[in-house]
Amino acid sequence: MESRRVTKTLEDQGMVERQVREIYDFFYSIPPNSQSVVLELQRDKHFDYLTRGLRKLGPSFSVLDANRPWISYWTLHSLALLGESIDAKLENDAIDFLTRCQDKDGGYGGGPGQMPHLATTYAAVNSLITLGSPKALSSINREKLYTFLLRMKDTSGGFRMHDGGEVDVRACYTAISVANILNIVDDELIHGVGNYILSCQTYEGGIAGEPGAEAHGGYTFCGLAAMILINEVNRLDLPRLIDWVVFRQGVEGGFQGRTNKLVDGCYSFWQGAVAFLIQRLNLVVHEQLGLSNDLGTESADDSSESELSDEEEHLEGTSSHVEETCPLGQEGQENASDTTKKADIGYEFINRPIAMRPLFDSMYLQQYVLLCSQIDGGFRDKPGKGRDHYHTCYCLSGLSIAQYSWTNEADDPPLHRDVFGPYSRNLLEQIHPLFNVELDRYYEARKFFSGL
Amino acid sequence: MDSGKEKRTRIPFKERPDWADVKPVPQDDGPCPVVPIAYTEDFSETLDYFRAIYIADERSPRALQLTAEAIQLNPGNYTVWQFRRVVLESLGVDLHEELKFVDRIAGENTKNYQIWHHRRWLAEKLGADAVTTELEFTKKIFSEDAKNYHAWSHRQWVLQALGGWEDELAYCQQLLGDDIYNNSAWNQRYFVVTRSPLLGGLAAMRELEVNYTVQAIRASPENESPWRYLRGLYKNDTQSLVEDSQVASVLLDVLTSKNSHVHALSLLLDLLCHGFEPSQELKSAVDVLTPQSCSPDLALTKRVCSILEHADPMRVKYWNWRKSTVPVQSAQCQNTDRLANLSM
Repeated sequence: MESRRVTKTLEDQGMVERQVREIYDFFYSIPPNSQSVVLELQRDKHFDYLTRGLRKLGPSFSVLDANRPWISYWTLHSLALLGESIDAKLENDAIDFLTRCQDKDGGYGGGPGQMPHLATTYAAVNSLITLGSPKALSSINREKLYTFLLRMKDTSGGFRMHDGGEVDVRACYTAISVANILNIVDDELIHGVGNYILSCQTYEGGIAGEPGAEAHGGYTFCGLAAMILINEVNRLDLPRLIDWVVFRQGVEGGFQGRTNKLVDGCYSFWQGAVAFLIQRLNLVVHEQLGLSNDLGTESADDSSESELSDEEEHLEGTSSHVEETCPLGQEGQENASDTTKKADIGYEFINRPIAMRPLFDSMYLQQYVLLCSQIDGGFRDKPGKGRDHYHTCYCLSGLSIAQYSWTNEADDPPLHRDVFGPYSRNLLEQIHPLFNVELDRYYEARKFFSGL
Repeated sequence: MDSGKEKRTRIPFKERPDWADVKPVPQDDGPCPVVPIAYTEDFSETLDYFRAIYIADERSPRALQLTAEAIQLNPGNYTVWQFRRVVLESLGVDLHEELKFVDRIAGENTKNYQIWHHRRWLAEKLGADAVTTELEFTKKIFSEDAKNYHAWSHRQWVLQALGGWEDELAYCQQLLGDDIYNNSAWNQRYFVVTRSPLLGGLAAMRELEVNYTVQAIRASPENESPWRYLRGLYKNDTQSLVEDSQVASVLLDVLTSKNSHVHALSLLLDLLCHGFEPSQELKSAVDVLTPQSCSPDLALTKRVCSILEHADPMRVKYWNWRKSTVPVQSAQCQNTDRLANLSM
């Protein structure tokens, strides 16, 4: 075997590294006040780009004609992250359009008259939750949607995307996500899903789209989020999953989707959210590591305090409360939530303290998104690529996650030092990381669908 | 059905005599749709006629031809593909012809879910007949894009459902020879080694595979893929990994070389967490790498974490966390066994 022959992988990687280095070299060469300007989130330009797309898309978008609820979601969610709302007329138009995508037998298709599809159903439901009005939320036919979800269940335990469609981890996540957020989840829907997802965790630690395939950021997010939502996350090998995901952050600061692949801004969300979800799974992670969980965790607040009290102490490797032997059998929140209504796992989860500090480099991720993915209006995969709504949505979602990853609880604002660039200009709204909808809209939807 | 030719000679449906009986159905977009697409006239018209036959459930040769035209305009339209399958089944069309059609579409759309799903459906219908074509087809894709996710999934499905395992390990070998950093090829190798009915399974293959992997590591120790693969070879059997002398030896070589040490230290850390007893030489290698600021009294495991914090600053928080969660050894082993049992 020749030593370090320049293969395709190395060549491609080298090219991206050079482009990124050029950007960073320039950035570090300019005075701090100019740096601050370069780092600014171009809110107005993003707003223009997004609202323009809502009103008109060129003929080249015909290839996305079966993905229009997705374009709605990417756009509306991006606007929500920017703290923008759309006017009443546009909101009504959006509700009307999405209603036309709703199938008479439940679920949403990629456009009016198309077959219902799980992915576009997820996108339509998240769009309507992002719009947030009672009119938007009540436009969803939940009873029919439930029968659609049940019809998509496959004997493997997974879900198929549409009648006669493919079965994969994406389908599992989108089905479970909408079922949870709409409060229509039950045992029949969940049955077998955990086995299917578990069979997709690979030897690398991440999760693949199908059993046997390669670990991948998008599917790892889908698999992990779905496992949390069905309350079976303890079945995954979390230490290996964590080790895999932290290694996906590359020298550019952004994440790659797979081992030895190129960085891509959209994985700021898919991988970043995996790392962020892990921060609330400390009890089950500790259990898998054979560490006893502090008895103090009976009170959730204590656990966050003791975990977060002193990072320097961790540097010395003491964190004595963890190593002090407590009798195992401190079951923790994961089991306690067995008695919680299944649909409320999303709520219980977001209300857990963020008991672990981020295991990825949140500042460096923000640097990549702001300097390499951001362009004048919209975001892109990497330097040299064009913008699109998909990358705009997931770069912003990942940026939000990176900004809030050092907070202790949902609803806490981040500290200034944890937000890269000018604080008030760059700070985004926060998301619910299991559903990727803006957090306040999630709360509203939960209230609405649980009849509170 | 060459798409270029078709474009030049396309006659609108409304001018085609054999479509005179069909009333096109416009898209129900409403008065002020959001995300409206400025369709070309050809696009709108084709889809209007598609809706008409889809709603009428017309399973005819002209319907089949129409779906071909609609797919060429937007290969992402899963409704059209699904209806095409319904028509194909009803008409009893020769599916070898259909394969050729998909070949033509696939050339420019290798990352489209629908095409691959359709191909899988076709291959399933064709059975053993499809093995060679599908393996060759995916090979062709890999010659352009050796990491195409859909193509790999398709290939794995073909192998499992229809067979054709004979040359698969050699093929992985060839791809890794081209690019040892191709993680998709490593993943495929793992797939073959663990699932091929011809090789006797992981236990039978492990020694050979460890040899191969260790060699790849020595050639490029900064390549993450073989390190993960090596751990994978011992999935659910960490004890054997800890006891494998080849593993200890490659660790020593890498740690005493001038190469990147991160993956070696990371594996060493895992081994130490599972009761690995390092040789004096290995301990000395770690001593050499230990930063001066590090207390000499610190346990070896924690010292490895400290080295990693310096050597891999991007992941300093991860290594710091690892240091804080270095387990009580026995508990960790017990737990891993428990997990192993669960996943078996």
